[in-house]
Amino acid sequence: MIGGVALAPAGAFVLAALALFVLDAFSPGRTNGGLLAGVSAVGAVSALAASGVLLLSGAADGGVELFGGQLVVDGMSLLFTFVFGSVTALVSIASLDYVRELPHRAEYYMLVMLAATGMSLMASANSLAVAFVALELASLPSYALVAYLKDNRGSVEGALKYFLIGALSSAIFVYGISLVYASTGSLLLPDVAEAVGGAAAGYPGVLGVGVLMIVGGLAFKTASVPFHFWAPDAYEGAPAPISAFLSSASKAAGFVLAFRILLVGFPIETVVGSIDWVLLFQVLAVLTMTVGNFAAATQERVKRMLAYSSIGHAGYVLIGLAALTGVGGASAGSTVLGASMLHLVVYGFMNTGAFLFVALAEHWEVGRTFEDYNGLARQAPLACVAMTVFMFSLAGLPVGGGFVSKYYLFAGAVGAGVPWLAAIGAINSALSLYYYSRVVKAMWIEEPVSDRSIDRYPTALYVAVLAAAVATVFLLPGLSVFDGAAFDAAAALL
Amino acid sequence: MFVEILLALCLLGAAVVFVAPDRYAGKLAFGISLAPLLVSLYMYLAFDGSGNALLGGDIAYERFAEWLQFGPYAVNYHVGLDGISLPLVVLSTVLTTLAILSAWTPIDARESEFYGLVLFLEGSLVGVFAALDFVLWFVFWEAVLIPMYLLIGVWGGPRRKYAAIKFFVYTNIASLVMFIGYVALLFGLGGAVSATSMPAIAEALRAGQLGYLGTPAFGVGPDVLAMAAFLAMFVGFAVKVPIVPFHTWLPDAHVEAPTPVSVLLAGVLLKMGTYALLRFNFTILPEQAATLAAPIAAIAVISIIYGALLALAQQDLKRVVAYSSVSSMGYVILGLVAYTVYGVGGATFQMVAHGLISGLLFMTVGVFYNATHTRMIGDMSGLATRMPVTAAVFLTGAFAYMGLPLMAGFMGELFVFLGAFESTVLPAAPLFTAAAMFGIVIVAGYLLWAMQRSLFGPFRLETDYELGRAPLHDVAPLVVLVALIVALGVAPDLIFEMIRDATIDVIDFPFGGDAR
Repeated sequence: MIGGVALAPAGAFVLAALALFVLDAFSPGRTNGGLLAGVSAVGAVSALAASGVLLLSGAADGGVELFGGQLVVDGMSLLFTFVFGSVTALVSIASLDYVRELPHRAEYYMLVMLAATGMSLMASANSLAVAFVALELASLPSYALVAYLKDNRGSVEGALKYFLIGALSSAIFVYGISLVYASTGSLLLPDVAEAVGGAAAGYPGVLGVGVLMIVGGLAFKTASVPFHFWAPDAYEGAPAPISAFLSSASKAAGFVLAFRILLVGFPIETVVGSIDWVLLFQVLAVLTMTVGNFAAATQERVKRMLAYSSIGHAGYVLIGLAALTGVGGASAGSTVLGASMLHLVVYGFMNTGAFLFVALAEHWEVGRTFEDYNGLARQAPLACVAMTVFMFSLAGLPVGGGFVSKYYLFAGAVGAGVPWLAAIGAINSALSLYYYSRVVKAMWIEEPVSDRSIDRYPTALYVAVLAAAVATVFLLPGLSVFDGAAFDAAAALL
Repeated sequence: MFVEILLALCLLGAAVVFVAPDRYAGKLAFGISLAPLLVSLYMYLAFDGSGNALLGGDIAYERFAEWLQFGPYAVNYHVGLDGISLPLVVLSTVLTTLAILSAWTPIDARESEFYGLVLFLEGSLVGVFAALDFVLWFVFWEAVLIPMYLLIGVWGGPRRKYAAIKFFVYTNIASLVMFIGYVALLFGLGGAVSATSMPAIAEALRAGQLGYLGTPAFGVGPDVLAMAAFLAMFVGFAVKVPIVPFHTWLPDAHVEAPTPVSVLLAGVLLKMGTYALLRFNFTILPEQAATLAAPIAAIAVISIIYGALLALAQQDLKRVVAYSSVSSMGYVILGLVAYTVYGVGGATFQMVAHGLISGLLFMTVGVFYNATHTRMIGDMSGLATRMPVTAAVFLTGAFAYMGLPLMAGFMGELFVFLGAFESTVLPAAPLFTAAAMFGIVIVAGYLLWAMQRSLFGPFRLETDYELGRAPLHDVAPLVVLVALIVALGVAPDLIFEMIRDATIDVIDFPFGGDAR
């Protein structure tokens, strides 16, 4: 019984996808856009509500194993499914206006729902085989979604890059899995964990290369340096709601899979001294933060800046794995890991909101560069307040939850004995204020360059942007709703 | 309860004004701002706190609620007022209401956004003075930057973008430096504190529970840690105050900011820096402050003299007033470092007095500018013949600044000098005091000279504007401020009693214990 209930969040996504399929079968291509967006939004909100209820009621405390341990529903998977649900809901609502005039709307929403299903399975995958299948289920719809504007060069180019690099890294990932299977004899993560100590002594090379390749596959999904090259093009070329979806939900899915595979399959205390993946993540975290932030600072186009900033934020989240040095004991480890989960929760709202604002700007056809955003606040003050909240919250100023989660992350890193990592993060965060505040400056302070007139105020996009802003602000005092769940989920993994 | 009402009134008011139509925004904002003003006045009258909020005193209007649990530290919503913060809260509400009135004339574009931001700023300022939890305090401290950045950047003068970004970058980097210093202290305390509560941290530090940051073998010892944290926080706050050599953002920000924003910047925002210095550096790390007393006093005296000399050299009336703030803040620092009842109490009194007086001067310069459209001293002369009331107010403000008896400025400076002179913490205290007193001469020099050139003599105006009577809503705030300045000059105990009660523990504990 509890098994079925535990799968309710993922089930909501699947049901929504199937419902869309059926609805569009009656008169293909002519189904009411509001109905499609409504069904997706209802599906996403149900997933969000189901995971929220399960999480807060403690029904899945200790983890519920399903299908012989292939899937596990625990605090972490529910927390992340909550993020996927909220991002998918915002994206579905916003897409109503964005794809209103475009063909293949039903397929668009269906692909979003299927990708979300894949993500929620990634959050629950407890075996390497399921992990791979879930990863592909999340990835394949994403490739198609990036190419959705198929007459647009940027969209197609971004999708092609995304697909080629994605296919390559899937291959690397699956090859890594085969090497791990070869050396440990199991695909189930708990069994891998039991055998990994012996395997590390017996076949250190095979196992080491296997882990390295798995990390490579995960780094692709989270857009971490050096597997980030697809991200700016794909995020910039994709329809803006899809950029929001990929850079928030898909990234979080990559992280939850990374957390589970590494912490359950390759426990630090077993592999320390042989396969020191913590060191690997320290390198990845520093590179990702620094490359992402410096590249973002040099961009001229807002959407591309957000793409690089999203890489920078992946770097902050990687601190959660990079700080698990064992200094300060288990509580320090679970604090910093929980902090990076919380950062992904907040990031899900503020980054989605920022990309949806870009969607709004694309809807108005104001242009892509910072200069094109000049004086936008005079025509759309409310949306610009929301964007200001997103920008400052991403930069870590205390107008939104981004401040608290960054504070958690950096203080957690100091507590876990890697203050230098926190220092690099803080410097990067201070630098990021430069390019985030450029957007604010353009919107509020600069004079409009051309006489642009905005006469349409798309309701659904506005609702999505403002809802994301309200959630971001609410998470400043309200992050305490989640922090217990996140720290418990982290403690359960360690 | 009342602190929450204040915050809610300001923030909800900001939201309401933000969406109101431009035509009514000014009047609506004025009406709304009366509510927090009245509430804060009631809080002043009903104040029943005693002692220092950080050092075990009875905190008035205290409120505590759990917020976050972070690892070993609880982060709580904890607010309350003592004799130091209450006068500053009242100063914020009074100056905000008056600044809104003085904005009616100069602000003629995007009014609803302007007044919305001003009310948001007011809420953040109240939060800064009322917060007793470090993280909560930091939230408000940083939140102040955003409206101020936009207020300068959108409604400022020709170089507003440069001024706004300079203000933002300077103060934000300073915040980061200060934050690192304080968090290092928090980690150094280890298990001695279980919350980011400012009173708990102050108590633990004063009880000497600072340990190693890191391990004894590979880490920083308590002495080095405390000194490093003191310096980091001092530098962080010095930018906000500002103290020479961190003052260069101030004249740019002031000159470019519109009058009402200058009033709030000089009147309240600078006080955030000195308030934080008192609350953090001088309250929680007294020994380090005493060790560094001479260099800090030297910086204070340099700020006084150098700021005054810079003011003397300015051609722009607003720049004169702006640099005079650098000079006046030097007195506050000198009073703080003296560690005597009159020194620390006088410094706090001077914060309030300077807030009122510099607000008055900026408003007067604004009224002149509204009429003449120039601020260059060389472009005008004999304005007193055409605008007698405003000129008289400017004269009053200037004399208050110079320290004319029976005005607030006199009492503030007198307290500071008395306190500094008898200081036992500060080596060669009489020498520093005498050097600082010399600053008064220069203050008198530049203010009298500026007035002589612009107000007196035959009437001449280069810009050819018809000078009419200033409207009532421009003059009324000036009158209110003059009344308050005189009231505090005649009866300093209106606030000095509670200030003295709250600051005495700052001095009492580390140095002898006979101050009370």
